[in-house]
Amino acid sequence: MRKYIINSLSLLSILAIVISCQNQETIDLQNYMSNGKDIYIARCQNCHGKNGEGLGELAPPLTDSIFLKTNKSRLACMIRNGANESLLISGKTYKEKMPAFPELADIDVAQVMVFITNSFGNNQGFVPYKEVSVQLQSCR
Amino acid sequence: MNKIVFSISVCLSAAVIFSSCQQDKKLPFYGERHAETVRDASGAEKIDTVYQTIPNWSFLNQDSVVTTNTVTDGKVYVADFFFTSCTTICPTMHRNLMTVYNDFKSNPDVMFISHTIDFKYDKPSALKKYARKLGVDGPKWQFLYGSKDSVYTLAEKNYLVAVGEDSTAKDGYIHQGYLVLIDKDRRIRGAYDGTKEDQVEQLKKDIPLLLAEYKK
Ligand code: HEC
Repeated sequence: MRKYIINSLSLLSILAIVISCQNQETIDLQNYMSNGKDIYIARCQNCHGKNGEGLGELAPPLTDSIFLKTNKSRLACMIRNGANESLLISGKTYKEKMPAFPELADIDVAQVMVFITNSFGNNQGFVPYKEVSVQLQSCR
Repeated sequence: MNKIVFSISVCLSAAVIFSSCQQDKKLPFYGERHAETVRDASGAEKIDTVYQTIPNWSFLNQDSVVTTNTVTDGKVYVADFFFTSCTTICPTMHRNLMTVYNDFKSNPDVMFISHTIDFKYDKPSALKKYARKLGVDGPKWQFLYGSKDSVYTLAEKNYLVAVGEDSTAKDGYIHQGYLVLIDKDRRIRGAYDGTKEDQVEQLKKDIPLLLAEYKK
């Protein structure tokens, strides 16, 4: 009987930890989304549009979930250092220059990245800032 | 009795004044103005106000063709100053101006003119590429290239838009994002912040008003 109580108690506490972790992650996600949206409006929306629709062939849309998923690990570096290559997005080839944003701190990059990958029909979920920091240290 | 007649006549005349005001709702004039003595059709002298006008100009367009102010003859047009490698306000200005362009695409009395202020890099070929990627084709929207002096003077003295080189700015130039509305007599009739959606909406409403002034 005692064993049973201890077992269920520990099970309960593990469950509690998991649930509260999830809650923490939901809270973080909400924070990232709201700060990320502010950064997006201030620095990205001019080119990528209010709904991530892009601007003609001058800036690609951010609505190609497959592109964003496939390139998940290098999005942070693209945001920090800009891009200047041929990209196939939504079936169209884009070859333009995206400016670098060296003034964005790691946390800003993480927040705006989480925002775009969970808006405009994308749904990639949360990426913590620590993970983004590691990615940013090994940009090519 | 007299009182009643009086108040009715006041009401009536007020109504007339207000409705006449509405009828010839005109856009304002910008820039310098001075009084000048002119002769009307019957030869009588009268004093008229003369407003600042856009002077003659000549630039290369996106097709490397020499283009002069005569392309705007008989048209109202929207002018702005930008450069193709601008990463800040220009994409927003031209995203918004595109919506105006699309609204008036089939109206032959409306034109668009964008002057680049990047005299180093924005040669006609760069302008052509930019226009194509923005989604603009044909002569209705001219992208013009000229010497620093000619473009900067035109911007500041004539269109009243501040432009300049600035090595501390992110892209090397600074400029205001105004969309300037010019009438068929080359006078400035409006200036709208091209980065603000509500002002661009106002421009869309003002263009038909300006065109209506010429329909007598
Ligand atoms: C001056 C315009 C401009 C601004 C501002 C800008 N971008 Fe871009 N962005 C581009 C262009 C152009 C490309 C394509 C680059 C290429 O062809 O190599 C691009 C590509 C991208 C891509 C990968 C391709 C895609 O569409 O999924 C992402 C992600 C992205 N930008 C995010 C951002 C974020 C986040 C910001 C704000 C911090 C931002 N961009 C600001 C122009 C811009």
